[in-house]
Amino acid sequence: MHEEFTVSQSALRTTPVETAGVADRQAPRLHRRAADVAERSWRPVALLVVCFAAWWLIAATELVQPYLVPSPGRTLDVILDKPDYLWQHTWVTTYETLLGFVIAVAVGIFSAVVMVYSSTVEKTLYPILLFAQVVPKIAIAPLFVVWLGFGIAPKILIAVLIAFFPVVISMVTGLKAVDPEMLQLSATMGASPWQTFRKIRFPASLPHLFSGLKVAVTLAVTGAVVGEFVGANEGLGYVILQANGNLDTPMLFAGLLVMSLIGVVLFVLVEIAEKVFLPWHASRRDVAATTAY
Amino acid sequence: MPKDATLKTDATLKKDATLKKADGATGDTNHTGHTGTAVRAADVDVRFRTKKKDVTALTDVSLDVAAGEFVAIVGPSGCGKSTLLKLVAGLLTPSSGEVSLYGERVRGPRHDIGYVFQRAALLEWRSARRNILLQAEMRGMPATQARARADELIRMTGLTGFEDAYPHELSGGMQQRVALCRALLHEPPVLLMDEPFGALDALTREQLNVEMNRIWRQTRTTVLLVTHSIAEAVYLADRVVVMSPRPGTVTEIIDVGLPAERDYAQTLATPEFRTATGRIRELLGAVSAHD
Repeated sequence: MHEEFTVSQSALRTTPVETAGVADRQAPRLHRRAADVAERSWRPVALLVVCFAAWWLIAATELVQPYLVPSPGRTLDVILDKPDYLWQHTWVTTYETLLGFVIAVAVGIFSAVVMVYSSTVEKTLYPILLFAQVVPKIAIAPLFVVWLGFGIAPKILIAVLIAFFPVVISMVTGLKAVDPEMLQLSATMGASPWQTFRKIRFPASLPHLFSGLKVAVTLAVTGAVVGEFVGANEGLGYVILQANGNLDTPMLFAGLLVMSLIGVVLFVLVEIAEKVFLPWHASRRDVAATTAY
Repeated sequence: MPKDATLKTDATLKKDATLKKADGATGDTNHTGHTGTAVRAADVDVRFRTKKKDVTALTDVSLDVAAGEFVAIVGPSGCGKSTLLKLVAGLLTPSSGEVSLYGERVRGPRHDIGYVFQRAALLEWRSARRNILLQAEMRGMPATQARARADELIRMTGLTGFEDAYPHELSGGMQQRVALCRALLHEPPVLLMDEPFGALDALTREQLNVEMNRIWRQTRTTVLLVTHSIAEAVYLADRVVVMSPRPGTVTEIIDVGLPAERDYAQTLATPEFRTATGRIRELLGAVSAHD
């Protein structure tokens, strides 16, 4: 029966609102959003262009030896020369990152929920979580290779360990930040704990969760690459180590560039997901429209 | 002196209860079908234990509210007015004494009440209508019936045209109307309101007071309203409960003696209104002068 509600409600929302109350939201918003994106992104893009120009200038004037800092052109050449090689390793690193991220999110959300609903579990688990966070993952990475071999497993494990913490912390904060009056109201409605969680607590925690996810997804890339540094025969970490050994700085720069690109793309994907799933979220709002009085 | 006051209170109370009962025979339009005493608090004490000290929030509070009656509660800040509402809702349990709803002792959260807070407490990700329907979803009410009732309330509270707006698109007054609709959706026999109009500007507040009077007359539900506004209390209520500072107790219960249907401007000009507000001011002023 609850489903019935949801369906009929969304059907209603798509019908045009004729009354003066709520203005048509769709058309002006798209326009404004495009202008918004342009307004927000021209400065960082300009800075990026300046950085590339500086890089190019340093290389062109041979201020630094070319074998230390290859020109942007040469780096690009390497990428275009060996697309298959780079693509293959990029895919490996992306795969490890995504898998690590997804596992970290699943485990993180689950532990956060359990911790919020049981203070005994929270008191038991929290110090251990903190300890796991404080231990430098780079330092234990070699151990994972000894335990799990040179395959994909130790990379994923390190990615999970690094990305897990921000997910748990943000989810716990989100679940605890719910308006206590909303919970009291829920009690007077005779809601079951599951209903309260599904309809109130979980959706209310999502803005917090997403800020954690943005941190976590970039950390997951780092985790995967750290794993590859310690012992691997594929992935961008491996590419960089190989290039380093051969003093092949153009390839090294190419690896770095692609790696950063993975991080940026994943971050943007999380941001898009946030906009899709939480269109109501305050920090995403343009200007709160006042409609009455 | 406090003892004296309670005694007097009890006397007025009994007189009132009988009056209301006599009334019940004619005023049977109450669609909850209940008559008699809706809410009863008997010798209620509430003590909170904090790390540093014990705080007595309420002491020796006795109150009877007849079915269909509108009772306002006024008193200085921190006198335990909100605590009293939470006791009736079963969100708190008294340290001693007893609270009952329709003769049934309150133990744990009650589902046969509607609750409105000072802040609207709406879910940001739901439209006005879906916020109202939350009540139905949690209760598992039949969908068609709930939607019909929601439409009726939306019309009654003047929310028409705003059903599909999200909370951040609504003004404070509109948000509070949504909260009121949500509280009335399941036709609760008792409506508890904790300073529902406290965060609104004066003009919006007056408008909502007028609407509240009309809604109360239409639904015939029993209302307990906590407020800081003496004018609001007297304009809306059959009786006004005046409370003392912490530890809160009932200082006096004032019978407003105005008809149920009240025009705002005319009511404010009546001698009954002026007598009642004057008396309440005197009581609250006297209370603060003693401090």
